[in-house]
Amino acid sequence: MGETHSLEDRFQAFVEAENKVEPKHWMPDGYRKTLVRQISQHAHSEIVGMLPEANWITRAPSLRAKLILLAKVQDEAGHGLYLYSAAETLGTSRDQMIDDLHSGKAKYSSIFNYPTLTWADMGAIGWLVDGAAIANQVMLCRTSYGPYSRAMVRICKEESFHQRQGFEIMMHLAKGTPEQKAMAQDALNRWWWPSIMMFGPSDDQSPNSAQSMKWRIKRKSNDELRQEFIDKTVPQAEFIGLTMPDPDLRWNEETRHYDFGTINWTEFFDVIAGNGPCNAERLAARQKAHDEGAWVRDAATAYAAKQASRVASRPTQTHAA
Amino acid sequence: MSTATHQWPLWEVFVRSKNGLAHKHAGSLHAPDAEMALKNARDVYTRRSEGISIWVVPSAAITASSPDEKDVLFTPSDDKVYRHPTFYDIPDEVGHM
Repeated sequence: MGETHSLEDRFQAFVEAENKVEPKHWMPDGYRKTLVRQISQHAHSEIVGMLPEANWITRAPSLRAKLILLAKVQDEAGHGLYLYSAAETLGTSRDQMIDDLHSGKAKYSSIFNYPTLTWADMGAIGWLVDGAAIANQVMLCRTSYGPYSRAMVRICKEESFHQRQGFEIMMHLAKGTPEQKAMAQDALNRWWWPSIMMFGPSDDQSPNSAQSMKWRIKRKSNDELRQEFIDKTVPQAEFIGLTMPDPDLRWNEETRHYDFGTINWTEFFDVIAGNGPCNAERLAARQKAHDEGAWVRDAATAYAAKQASRVASRPTQTHAA
Repeated sequence: MSTATHQWPLWEVFVRSKNGLAHKHAGSLHAPDAEMALKNARDVYTRRSEGISIWVVPSAAITASSPDEKDVLFTPSDDKVYRHPTFYDIPDEVGHM
């Protein structure tokens, strides 16, 4: 008992001294479990996040827009892979994580359970959803777990293109015909609140937050990150002449931050519980892609086995010749 | 059912960013064989001209030192300051050495 206690104390002192924890280091079970849950959820979000955007690849309004969207969706696949690899260093298997996603046991970001109705949604997702994700990921570059931190550094480098291309779509639509501007405003109206919910419940409603901060997994609270994102994003909306769908939103000279209206947490928890507009559709699409890709995985395995057996039999053949 | 994937071994990916520099660890991935590992590594780790050469190594082929051995392995060099050039006092008049 005393031994365990001292190991935990040493671990705490280690992370407090801003040291990175690496896969072979001793770590508390809770730390490992928290990371597996968080990193795999993060990976699942990247993978499921491809679906709402893939919806628009064939309908992109220009070849330029299509190339950009393809590159972005390919990045999300890459980001999912970096994160699955980071989670695997903690002793969980890739298959276990994928099974947990498909069975509904593991969660992914609730934002991807909303539908993408118009092309402007591609703009809103890049600008707002990726923008909110970046705020979180920039913080996670300094997380205490080495492999997670390295994956985040790589992702952050790539992610800023995502936000800029989204803002560009919104900017063009906002400068376009009245119909195009209305389309951009409609997308903003639908995506704003779900985007600021992405940071998760308020600090007093988020039981795991305090422990994660103590372990230096998280470096900022949900509310802090949300406020930062709102402060940054409101002037961007003003710049392109769009209006945030929040009548209570105003600059507070005293706090030097924007005050904003009450978030509908009932909706948030409802979507997490599986009752969002697209929960069933997303999981079904994911499962279908996985099942229909099975023959490719099987073929690659069979090909590798065949090649290996040829290599193994080659010396004998050479000898005979 | 994903019976195949979990049999795919893990590969460590090393990328040389330009000639003259060493290959550096970029990350890992699963692949059925070395050829597919290389192809996947190209897509996963060099989408933005990060490299001109890739190595893939089966993770199982890497032997790593244990964090517990850290002191045994690395502290002996801590007290050998005479291995560093700044240990020696050379008069300024001698010039750069």
